[in-house]
Amino acid sequence: MHFYAVRRILGAIPTLFVIITLAFFMMRIAPGGPFDGERRLPPEIERNIAAAYNLDRPLHEQYLIYLGNLLQGDLGPSFRNRDFTVSQLIAVGLPVSLRLGVSAIILALFLGTTLGVLAALNQNRAADYSVMTVAMIGITIPSFVTAPLLTLIFGVYGVSIFGLDLSLPVGGWNGGALRNMILPVTVLALPQVAIIARLVRGSMIEVLHSNYVRTARAKGLSSYRVVTRHALRAGLLPLVSYIGPAAAGLATGSLIVEQIFGLPGIGRYFVQGALNRDYTLVLGVVILYATAIITLNLVADILYRVLDPRVKYD
Amino acid sequence: MAVLTVKDLDVKFHTPDGDVHAVKTVGFDVREGECLGVVGESGSGKSQMMLAAIGLLARNGRTAGSVLYRGKELVGLAQHKLNQVRGSKITMIFQDPLTSLTPHMRVGDQIMESLRTHQKMSRKEAYAQALATMELVRIPEGARRMRQYPHELSGGMRQRVMIVMATACKPDLLIADEPTTSLDVTVQAQILEIMRELKSKLGTSILLISHDMGVIASICDRVQVMRDGEFVEAGPIEDIFYRPKHPYTRMLLDAMPRIDRPKRPGHAVPAPMDRHRPVLLTVENMKVHFPIRMGGFIPKYKPLRAVDGVSFTLHEGETLGVVGESGCGKSTLARAILKLVPKTAGTVVWCGRDLDRESREELRALRKEFQIIFQDPLASLDPRMTIGESIAEPLRSLEAGIDKTKIEARVGEMLKKVGLDPAWINRYPHEFSGGQNQRVGVARAMILKPKMIICDEAVSALDVSIQAQIVDLILSLQKEFGMSLIFISHDLSVVRQVSHRVMVLYLGRVMELADCDSIYQDARHPYTKALIAAVPIPDPKLERAKPKIPLPELPSPLDTRAGLTFLKSKQIDDPDAEQYVPQLIEVAPGHFVAEHDPV
Amino acid sequence: MTPILPSERAALMNRAQNIKGRSLWTDARRRLFRNRAAVVSLAVLGTIALMAIFAPLLSPYTYEEADFSLVSCAPDWWRMETARCQAGGAHWFGTDAVGRDLFVRTLFGARVSLAVGLVATGVSLLIGVTYGATAGFIGGRIDEAMMRFVDVLYSLPFIFFVIILMVVFNRNFILLFVAIGAVEWLTMARIVRGQTLSIKQKEFVEAARAAGVSSFGIIRRHIVPNVVGPVVVYVTLTIPAVILAESFLSFLGLGIQEPMTSWGVLISEGATQMENAPWILAFPALFMAVTLFCFNFIGDGLRDALDPQDQ
Repeated sequence: MHFYAVRRILGAIPTLFVIITLAFFMMRIAPGGPFDGERRLPPEIERNIAAAYNLDRPLHEQYLIYLGNLLQGDLGPSFRNRDFTVSQLIAVGLPVSLRLGVSAIILALFLGTTLGVLAALNQNRAADYSVMTVAMIGITIPSFVTAPLLTLIFGVYGVSIFGLDLSLPVGGWNGGALRNMILPVTVLALPQVAIIARLVRGSMIEVLHSNYVRTARAKGLSSYRVVTRHALRAGLLPLVSYIGPAAAGLATGSLIVEQIFGLPGIGRYFVQGALNRDYTLVLGVVILYATAIITLNLVADILYRVLDPRVKYD
Repeated sequence: MAVLTVKDLDVKFHTPDGDVHAVKTVGFDVREGECLGVVGESGSGKSQMMLAAIGLLARNGRTAGSVLYRGKELVGLAQHKLNQVRGSKITMIFQDPLTSLTPHMRVGDQIMESLRTHQKMSRKEAYAQALATMELVRIPEGARRMRQYPHELSGGMRQRVMIVMATACKPDLLIADEPTTSLDVTVQAQILEIMRELKSKLGTSILLISHDMGVIASICDRVQVMRDGEFVEAGPIEDIFYRPKHPYTRMLLDAMPRIDRPKRPGHAVPAPMDRHRPVLLTVENMKVHFPIRMGGFIPKYKPLRAVDGVSFTLHEGETLGVVGESGCGKSTLARAILKLVPKTAGTVVWCGRDLDRESREELRALRKEFQIIFQDPLASLDPRMTIGESIAEPLRSLEAGIDKTKIEARVGEMLKKVGLDPAWINRYPHEFSGGQNQRVGVARAMILKPKMIICDEAVSALDVSIQAQIVDLILSLQKEFGMSLIFISHDLSVVRQVSHRVMVLYLGRVMELADCDSIYQDARHPYTKALIAAVPIPDPKLERAKPKIPLPELPSPLDTRAGLTFLKSKQIDDPDAEQYVPQLIEVAPGHFVAEHDPV
Repeated sequence: MTPILPSERAALMNRAQNIKGRSLWTDARRRLFRNRAAVVSLAVLGTIALMAIFAPLLSPYTYEEADFSLVSCAPDWWRMETARCQAGGAHWFGTDAVGRDLFVRTLFGARVSLAVGLVATGVSLLIGVTYGATAGFIGGRIDEAMMRFVDVLYSLPFIFFVIILMVVFNRNFILLFVAIGAVEWLTMARIVRGQTLSIKQKEFVEAARAAGVSSFGIIRRHIVPNVVGPVVVYVTLTIPAVILAESFLSFLGLGIQEPMTSWGVLISEGATQMENAPWILAFPALFMAVTLFCFNFIGDGLRDALDPQDQ
């Protein structure tokens, strides 16, 4: 078992390596640099700045220098905001995105699983159809439609039920206040809720039709026991494999959500950095996301093997 | 009072393709301490009947009628009340023990679950009771087994665990739905023995559902014969077996091959064989090993010895029966001979030509002369091709340049020969039954008029009545075309019917090889004897009077000691060591037996 | 827990009268047309497609015609306020922030979005099928290596690289198709490889080999027809994912550029105008949502038709 884990970890390192290399060379191939669009600086100053960023060295040297720094945890200075290093910028933005992402995944897992199990237990009846319709909506309507919609309802027009003021702020982080987080987290989580609900529903239906659930019923166990002790564990197992793709989906979604709600997270840094050709920042963010997702995939893989006793460790 | 009384039970299913009337107003009862058998072929509704009785029917099924358990009505009973009866007073065991046990729960927990739910026992009490029941069902090392997971147990052991689960609460009625169908015949004999004991020791009534008359004969007291959702005949076991009245019952008994009576009136027999005919096939020391990856940081490989040194010869017009239980390598042997699977060692010589020395093109041309019929008729036909196209496939690839009209003519001719209407040439496999599809398989194998056909469990997946038809078909074709057959089966009764010579395999090695009568009447090897003794005979008196020959549990094929199960005296007690290979000794002319310890 | 049909009976009922057999495709087609959601979706999708193709004929305006006197006017049948807008012609969906007719723009957006959907899916189909089929058919070490590669790529939020690509190559239109297609080929490859592997192991392939059919023959006559089903289902489900991806990019400003328009562009424009002119968001969003729904229903319907599960 431990061997498997070690092998997987070792296997993940080349993946990361490939990603870093790819991103690096892609950004460098791009025409233009961090100085475009500004007023022209005198050539000496330009040269100095270029030297400071190592831009005057040949490409492969830049690459090696970058890798070397990386190993020491130094992501380099930001090309745009020359007063900050990438690490500093990330340090500012990371807590925001992390809070957003973790809240969203927790919401998605709980809500999605509950809905999925509900739908599976009531297959082809009212509850099933309504859950599946909601799931369909969650998957097909993009977040940049739901975001403004919900903002309109709860933020601009305001909603008041039973005298309770449910209006929410239209944007801004406000240090992570709960009221500010509700809308972004909901918008981010919605597509994942839908996907997880569908996944869980399909898997649970399959398990509920299996022979061993039939045996459990034949043993005269209560429906509750049959579902919780016999069906649930196998039915929810595919969720473990979905953790990685879910994280990837949330990372993608955060780009839009942070933009729309004006949240100072690393997603926003990425988009701005891409548009501004801020190489180091973009690279730093990509590396961060890639590391996170690869790690999550690793954990999910190992967790899956632990939870499924039928899988032989090899 | 009867334990279970069923009256006017009717089950209908509502499917998108129409309504299916699975059970048509049937009635019967199960008395105290007796074993009632329900026998019928697939589609007779026997399983659905019992699922309906205990409320486990699929959602699209409708139950009507009355099922009384000791006077209490079960049909329409509320779930929580039904749950009090199910699992404690009426329990059920199913056909496939691997998928019927929860994979992520330990076996012990699953057993104790019943006890704690129904009899409100504490953990300690439940544990003790579970252990006691395991002893009753003859499971050794009960405590260790309790901690294992289902996939760590063998098929027979799993079924025993299911029996423990079903009897731990001392039920009044045990319903067994095809409990031994997916088990090896020796394991089946053990399970039936256990069930017989349970009936006498605990006084439990048993309702046994099976398609196998031999199984019914071995433990039932009364029998109901079911067809198309109705009972066609019912009565005490002796009446059914010795004085059957209904033509369907008679047909079932007639169609079933009997290991003690190879010649059945009205059925084909193999053509007489002349041992001086030329040799078609010589297999010498065939070995097929698969490397299995073992755990560890740097993966190590252990060989799975599927076929481990098999040699035999096949003459023109001869039928060689190959028997053995699961894991003996008979299917792998067939595929290795036809070069569908690479072999690890050994030679295959066909009509004097070493198949290894042939070039690709020559080998391809040679394929005309040997063909194969597979076990599962539906799986061996491409569902997207018409049966005409499937049958014509060998023609198209091996007889170049043949034109369309000729192909159609030959396919039509072949269809007629196997008993199918040539007008069906453009139909698809899913429009036919299993038996008809198997005829298509036969036609496909025969269309090139090969010299040898390998039948790999060709009739095992068919109902008994259809089985008889296909066997007759194959034998009559053999008489007409004179081809040789290698007939592979786990069913010794059928093998006796069709073979001239029989080879018994165990874990990839030959245990005994002799002509048909010698094997069945004068078996020398203990494995052969146990195998033959285990085959259930559809004759209650004979079946129950048979001596029971126990067999050791099937060892893991990765364990090198496995090959010396019958020659323990020469065994080195190390699972990885090179072991002695028992030799084949000719104990009589043409009768070879592997070395074994005297019994 | 399907009831077993006594198919001997069924076979006897098929008397020799009709020689033509009932192929699996015929069965599937029948099941599909019994699925009401799928049929309705097909009709709706067809209508939208026709509207997109004949867009120029359906409206007197072009999609770039800006009429500054009619900026942000509500649709004709919902005129609420200003006399300013009364002067305008037939703007069934209203006008946008620079006075362009929304109806025409929505239809042109349909053209672009649907085109991107089809072409990018085609790209992913090509790459995915070739890759997956090769891996599945060759099997063994090569298959393992190829799938490892897919696993590596799978663990990235690919959209990040697409964004970088779009920035690097300055929003090249062709690149858009290729980039988006490249996002989806991974799952396609996995599905095709899985199917190929499972069919390769089926007995009828063994039978074909015993009958001397060449490898190429086996691929052509056995593997391809049996793989087509799931691939078709997945293609139907990929198109909406691609359309969504394009709209995502357009929203960030990296997709379709002016003056061309797509639903994504329209929606992102509409989102900014939501408070004072909600129709600018509503109509394109509606069209896109409906289209995506239709594709999903058709895809689900196809999946059920080709591989009916027990309910």
